[in-house]
Amino acid sequence: MKLIIAIIRSERLNEVLEALYRAEVRGLTISPVRGHGGEVEQVETYRGTRVKVGLQDKMRLEIGVSEPFVEATVNAILESARTGEVGDGKVFVLPVESVYRIRTGERDEAAVTPQAPGAPV
Amino acid sequence: MILQADAGGAVPISAGDTAWLLVSTALVLLMTPALGFFYGGLVRSKNMLNTLMMSFASLGVVTVAWAAIGFSLAFAPGNAWLGGAGHAFLVGVGVEGGAWGPTPHLLYAAYQGSFAIITAALISGAVVERMRFGPYLSFIFLWSIAVYAPVARWVWGGGWLGTLGALDFAGGTVVHINAAVAAVVAALVVGSRRDYGRAALLPHNVSFVLLGTGLLWFGWFGFNGGSALAANGTAALAFVNTLLAPAATLVCWMLLDAFRERNITAVGAATGIVVGLVGITPAAGFVSPASAMALGALVAFPSYFAILHRPRTRLDDSLDVFAAHGLGGITGALLVGVFAEKAWGGKEGLLFGNPGQLWTQAVAVVASAAYSALATWLLLKLISLVTPLRRPDHEEARGLDLVQHGEEAYTRGEGAVLVQPR
Repeated sequence: MKLIIAIIRSERLNEVLEALYRAEVRGLTISPVRGHGGEVEQVETYRGTRVKVGLQDKMRLEIGVSEPFVEATVNAILESARTGEVGDGKVFVLPVESVYRIRTGERDEAAVTPQAPGAPV
Repeated sequence: MILQADAGGAVPISAGDTAWLLVSTALVLLMTPALGFFYGGLVRSKNMLNTLMMSFASLGVVTVAWAAIGFSLAFAPGNAWLGGAGHAFLVGVGVEGGAWGPTPHLLYAAYQGSFAIITAALISGAVVERMRFGPYLSFIFLWSIAVYAPVARWVWGGGWLGTLGALDFAGGTVVHINAAVAAVVAALVVGSRRDYGRAALLPHNVSFVLLGTGLLWFGWFGFNGGSALAANGTAALAFVNTLLAPAATLVCWMLLDAFRERNITAVGAATGIVVGLVGITPAAGFVSPASAMALGALVAFPSYFAILHRPRTRLDDSLDVFAAHGLGGITGALLVGVFAEKAWGGKEGLLFGNPGQLWTQAVAVVASAAYSALATWLLLKLISLVTPLRRPDHEEARGLDLVQHGEEAYTRGEGAVLVQPR
């Protein structure tokens, strides 16, 4: 099992979700975050005050996957999140000690394997 | 809006004039909440409610002050400097017409009161995000009595500036210069925000700034159009000029933005509209529509460059009350002396062979500014002898919504645990 954490451009989120869906990756969590990846700073002006916005809005995805899904997931994110400009983000792959599914108490591989809706408990 | 000497005898009520003044009073009253949103959008989110409340509270505090004594000091029989106490608590203010026109006296008092309310609220823009709420309330209560009422007397209540011939149709000196000078003094006495000049202090919601601006413009038709105190040609002229002048200012402001900043900013557009409205206020019923547009275009320049420059100074007039209302008001009040025409209801100005009018206008500007500065300084010093004017730094850092009102503008329910009363 791995935990995949991806930081991507907010405006690429829909493309990434679609690519993950096509790759049959079902369970994920996203959160809006702010960060800086060396990209050109955005300049804003309010009345006489000019500011450089050092932190850009990004999206963070957390996906727990079983070993056979790791490469497919990473590739789906790499291809769908890429624009070629500085600031496209990062994908981190982390080892996971154990995972539990709260509803059933299943652990590890079983816990990150999607179940069809309505499957017997 | 100059109150003539006692007309003598009862004046019959005009239905049309009364209807328009009723509507205008409501329109002007709406400007104070509108100002709250204009100011509120410009501050950080942690001070949104406090900034809104600084305007909304004026609807209570100043209205009470006005009914108690302000109206009397401004408009009751008295001398050239101050009215008497004859109309304190609106005693003797009935529903008959009089020197102000064929409209109920009581309605005239309410209409004038709506001006006092917004004038006091305007000052708050210079002290937002750090002034304590209690001292602020005492300040605007006292200010509306000790500063607004006398200046209204001088210009509109049959006082010495009106007698001198100063033209101020709807409050360039009485409202805008008066409030803006008080704002600068208040910013100096209260002091800068702790983050001023160190951190970028950004508007938290530019949409509210534009919403407030739209409602201000709407209300301003009552402010200027209603100042004819009648539903007549002068009201129509003032109304149309209130459309034309800010339009010209807005165009000018957007061009300045486009050439200087590359971007036409929304905050800039909102500011431009307000500056245009301020500029036309003293002139609305005295100048031709073409002059109104010229005035609108000209008034953009001083305010635009002052707003660019002010953040580089040590004066934390946080929301640029002076640049917008002070310079807008001064430019407008002086340009009345240039563009006014007898044919359009004013007196001849500089362009029409009467350079003396420009001098009279300058006297009115300097006199009201000087009095406002001195009296505001005294009032704030007086209050500061009794109680501190601002919150301590660590409380300012948390935001006044929380430490002053015990509320937040944008709450999130998560993590909020219900405390049951015992």
